[in-house]
Amino acid sequence: MPRPLTLLPALVSALVALWFAGFIPEIAAGEVLTWSRPWIPGAGIDFAFLLDGLSLLFALMVTGIGAIIFLYSAVYFKGHPKLTMLLVLLSLFAISMLGLVLADDAITLFVFWEGTTITSFLLVGFDHEKEKARDNALQALIVTGLGGLALLAGLILLGAEAGTFRLSEMNAQGELIKASALYLPILILVFLGAFTKSAQFPFHFWLPGAMAAPTPVSAYLHSATMVKAGIYLLARLTPALGGTDVWFWTLTIVGAVTMVWTSILALKQTDLKLMLAYTTVMALGALTMFLGGGTRYAAMTVAVFLIVHALYKAALFLTVGLIDKGTGTREVNQLGGLARVMPVTLTIAMLAALSMAGFPPFIGFIGKELIYEASLGVVTEPLFVATAALLANANMVAAAGLVAVAPFFGKQCQTPKTPADPTPWLWVGPALLAVLGLTFGVIPSLIDSSIVTPVVQSIIPGEKPVELKIWHGVNLPLMLSLLTFGLGFALFYGRAQIRSSLQSENFTGGLDANKTYFLWLKAFKSFAAWTARTVQGGQMTVYLRTAFVVLGLLIWGAHLSSRDPFNPSAEFPDLIPLTICLLIAVSAAVVLRTGSRLYGLTALGVVGAGIAILFVFYSAIDVAITQLLVEMLVVLILAVALVKLPTMPREVTFRAGDAVIASALGLGVAFVLAAVVMKPFDPRITEFFNAASYPEAFGRNVVNVILVDFRALDTLGEVAVVLIAAISAVAALTAGKRALAVKKEGDK
Amino acid sequence: MNSTILKTATRLLLPIFLIASILILWRGHNQPGGGFIGGLMAVIGVALYAIAASIDEARRRLRVDPLVLAGVGLACSVLGGLWGSAAGGAFLQGVWPFYEYVSGEGTKGWPIGSVLLFDTGVYLTVLGAVCAIIFALEEAVFAEREGSR
Amino acid sequence: MELVLAGLVGFLVACGAYLMMSGQLIRFLFGLVLLSNAANLAIFAAGRLTYATPPFVVSGQIAPAAGAANALPQALILTAIVIGFGLLAFALALAFRAWQSLGTTEMDAMRACEPVDFAAGKTKEKTLDPSKSYERNRLEAAE
Repeated sequence: MPRPLTLLPALVSALVALWFAGFIPEIAAGEVLTWSRPWIPGAGIDFAFLLDGLSLLFALMVTGIGAIIFLYSAVYFKGHPKLTMLLVLLSLFAISMLGLVLADDAITLFVFWEGTTITSFLLVGFDHEKEKARDNALQALIVTGLGGLALLAGLILLGAEAGTFRLSEMNAQGELIKASALYLPILILVFLGAFTKSAQFPFHFWLPGAMAAPTPVSAYLHSATMVKAGIYLLARLTPALGGTDVWFWTLTIVGAVTMVWTSILALKQTDLKLMLAYTTVMALGALTMFLGGGTRYAAMTVAVFLIVHALYKAALFLTVGLIDKGTGTREVNQLGGLARVMPVTLTIAMLAALSMAGFPPFIGFIGKELIYEASLGVVTEPLFVATAALLANANMVAAAGLVAVAPFFGKQCQTPKTPADPTPWLWVGPALLAVLGLTFGVIPSLIDSSIVTPVVQSIIPGEKPVELKIWHGVNLPLMLSLLTFGLGFALFYGRAQIRSSLQSENFTGGLDANKTYFLWLKAFKSFAAWTARTVQGGQMTVYLRTAFVVLGLLIWGAHLSSRDPFNPSAEFPDLIPLTICLLIAVSAAVVLRTGSRLYGLTALGVVGAGIAILFVFYSAIDVAITQLLVEMLVVLILAVALVKLPTMPREVTFRAGDAVIASALGLGVAFVLAAVVMKPFDPRITEFFNAASYPEAFGRNVVNVILVDFRALDTLGEVAVVLIAAISAVAALTAGKRALAVKKEGDK
Repeated sequence: MNSTILKTATRLLLPIFLIASILILWRGHNQPGGGFIGGLMAVIGVALYAIAASIDEARRRLRVDPLVLAGVGLACSVLGGLWGSAAGGAFLQGVWPFYEYVSGEGTKGWPIGSVLLFDTGVYLTVLGAVCAIIFALEEAVFAEREGSR
Repeated sequence: MELVLAGLVGFLVACGAYLMMSGQLIRFLFGLVLLSNAANLAIFAAGRLTYATPPFVVSGQIAPAAGAANALPQALILTAIVIGFGLLAFALALAFRAWQSLGTTEMDAMRACEPVDFAAGKTKEKTLDPSKSYERNRLEAAE
C-alpha cells in the first residue's frame, strides 16, 4: 500500500477523466464546446480552448492513462527519495499536454507544446546522476526544442495568412491558406515541429534515447501521449493545410520510411524497453502516413489506431516495468521461462501483445484491418503503402512475440532477482488497459459512434465513417492479415539470426542518425568553445576596451547621423560655477595622474564636493545634500578598503591607445550633450509635476513628491537595487572571511 | 581608533543624528529632505560611531541586523504601494486617510498615509543596506589585518 | 553654462574611461566614481540649469514660482547617486574579495576562471574537485 498522499494525482486525474467522459454524448451529437479568456487582445491572442472529437479523445487518453500511470508510479517508486518530484513533474506534464490538446489558439497551443517539451526534458533526465540520462534528456530537448521554434514560426505565418490565431477559424479558411504563396513555408515549418515531436524519420533517434526516463514516464510521455502531439497537430490542422499533393507525398513517404525502418530496428534490440520504443516510432510513422491519405478510411484508421496503440503500448511498457521490477533486468537474452513464476504478468503481456500483433478479437485486429483497408484505398500509390504496412505489421507481430512470449517460455534463466509477480497495486493499471483492448475489440460499438466518428469529423469535417466491425467477411485485408501472421511468425522464429545480422556494423552502411546528431553536436560545441576563446580571452582590460570602443562608436554614430545645426548661445558663463568646473576638472586630472591613493581619494572628494556646489548653485538642494552625504560615505568606504589593498604603482608608460579611446568617448559624450542642450526645451512633464505636486499629492517639495508619489515605482526599483547590492557585497565579503579561515587551517 | 573624546562625543551624537534624520525624513515632503537623505544622515551617524567605538559596539546599538532592517524597509515600501491598490487605486498610488486639500486654503489634517510609509521604507532600506556594506567591509579588512599578523 | 557642463562631462567621462582601462583595481574604482558623477551631471545639464530657484511650493501658493528649476532630473539624479553608491560599494567588495582570493590587484592577472592555457585553446575547462569545499577549490585555482 503506497502512502495515501502519493495517490492524490491518480485520483484527481481519474476524476478529470470521468468529467471528460461526461462530454462524450454531447460531442458525439456533433457539438463543439469552446471557452476563451482574453490574453493579449491587441495581437488577437486569447486563452482559447475547444473540445471536439479529436480533443476529447486525446483528453481522455491524457487523463485516463494518466491516472493509471500516476497510480503505477506511486507504487513503482514507493520510498524513492524523489517520488514527490516525479509526481509533480508528471502532473505538470499532464497539465501541459491537456492544455495542448484543448487549445484553440495557436499561441496558447505553442505555450503548452513547449511545456511538454520542458517537462519531458526534466523527466528523461530524472536520474540526472547518470551521464547517459543527462545526454539523452538534452538530446530530446534540442531536437524537440528546435522543432518547437520552427513550429512557432509556422504558426505565426499561418496566423498572419489566415488573419486569426484561432485554429478553428484557420480550419474554416483552408482553401485560402492553401492558395497563398506562404503555404509551402508554413507547411515545412509545421512539419518540422510535428516530425521532431513525433520522432519521424530523420528525427526518430531521440525517442529511443528518451528511454533513459523511468519506465512509467516512458509509458506515458514517450508512447501514449506526448509523442502523439505531432500527430495531434497534423490532424488538427488537416482541414487548414491538408489535401494537397505536397501534404500527401511528404506525410506518406516520411511516415512509410519511419514505419518500415524503425520496425526493422525494433527487431535488432535486446532491451525490451528499447524494442517497444522503436515499435512506438513505427506506430507514429503509420499514423503520419494515414494522415497524409486524407480518405475516410485513412481518418478512421488514425482514430482507431490512436486508441489501439495507446491501450496496448502503455500496457506493454508497464508490463516491461513489472518484468524489470520482478527480475531486475530487461535484457531479452537473460529472460525466459517466467510463465510459472509470474502468471499475472504473463496474462497482461499476452492480452496486450495479442492486440499489438492484431489478432482477433482484439481491437488491434480491427485497427490492422483498417490499416489494410485504408492502404488499398489510397488513391495514388496503394501498392507502395500496402507493402510498407505489410512489412511493418509483420515486424510488429514478431516484436509482440519477443515481448510477450520470449521472456515467459523456454528455459528459465538466472536473473539478478528471484522473479515473482508484483503487488496488485502495480498490475491493476496495465491489466485494465489490456482488458479494455479486448473489450473494445469484442464490442466495437462502445467506441464507434461515440468516439471514432467525432474524431473522423474533426479531421475531415462532414465525413460519415463506416461502422466498426470485427468480421468483414473474406476479403483482401483479411488475406493480408493472414500473410502478416505468417511473415511475423517466420521472423519470430528466425529472431536470433535476424538480430545478429542486423547488429553487424555494415548493416546501416555507416548511416546512423544518432551518430550524426552527436557529430553535429560536437562540431557545434567546438565552434562555441572557439567563439568563447576568441571573444573572451580572459583579459579584463580587453573587455573594457571593447565595451568603451563600442559605446564610443554608438555615440559618434548617433551624433554624426543627426542633422541638428550647431548654434551655441552667445551667453557668457557665470564666473563662480565656471571656477568650480575648472576645479573639478583639475581634481579629475589629479586622480588621473597620481600614484598615491591618498591624493587620489582626496581629489575624488573634491570632485564630488564641487559637483555638490554646482547642484546648490543651480537650485538642486536635495540633490546637493544627497551628493555631499554620499561623497562622505564613498571616501569613507574607499579609505577603509584601500588601507588594506596594496599601493597602486605609478603609471610609468602613457597608454596612447587607451587615451585615444577615452578621448574619443569623452568628446562624443560632450558633443551629444551639447546637441541636447541646444535643442528647445520641452517643459510639459515638468509643468504637470509642478501643477499637481501640492493640490493632488499634498507636497511642497516637488522633487520629493516625484520620488515617493509620481515616480514611486522607479524609487521602489532603486531601493531594491541598493538592497541587492548590499546583500551581494556582504555575501562576497563574508565568503572572503571564510576563505581566510580555510587558508589558516591549511597553513597549520 | 582610540580616541576617548571621539568615542564619548559620538555616543552622544548617535541619538542626535538618528533623531535629526527622522525629522528630515518627516519634513521631506514639504522641505528639503526625505527618505534618501534621512537614511544617509542616519548612516553617517552610525558609521561615525562604528569608527569611534567598534563595529561590534555599533551592531549592538543597532540591535537588529542591518540587512534585516533593509529588508523590513523594502517590505514597508511595498506595503505602502499595496495600500494604494487596496484603497481601490493603482499600486503605489498615494492614500492620505486623514489629510485633504481644500481649494483656496491648502492642506488640512494629519499628513499620515501610504506615501509616508513608502518613504519610511526608503529610509530604512538605505540605512540598513549602507550600514550592512560598511560593517561587512570593515570587518573583512579587520579580519585580513588580523590574518596577516 | 550648459555647454560648459557638457564639456566637463566629456572630460570626466574621458578620465573615468582611461582610469578604468588601466588594469589596476584601485584606478578602476576611481574611474567608476568619476564616470557615475559624469552621468549625474549629464542628466542635470540635459534638464537645463536654473539659477537659485528651487522647485518648492512656497506657503500660500499652489505651484512653484514660474521659472523654477526642473524637478524631474533632480529626482532622477537623487536616486542615481544612491544607486551609484550601491554599485561602487559592490564593486569595492568584489575588488577586495578578488584581491583576497587571488592576491593581486592587476586585473589582467586575475585568471582563475579563464586560465591562460584555456584561452590559448590548450586545455579543457578546469573542473572543480567536488570532494573539496568551494573555497578550497578557488584557492587552489588561484595558486
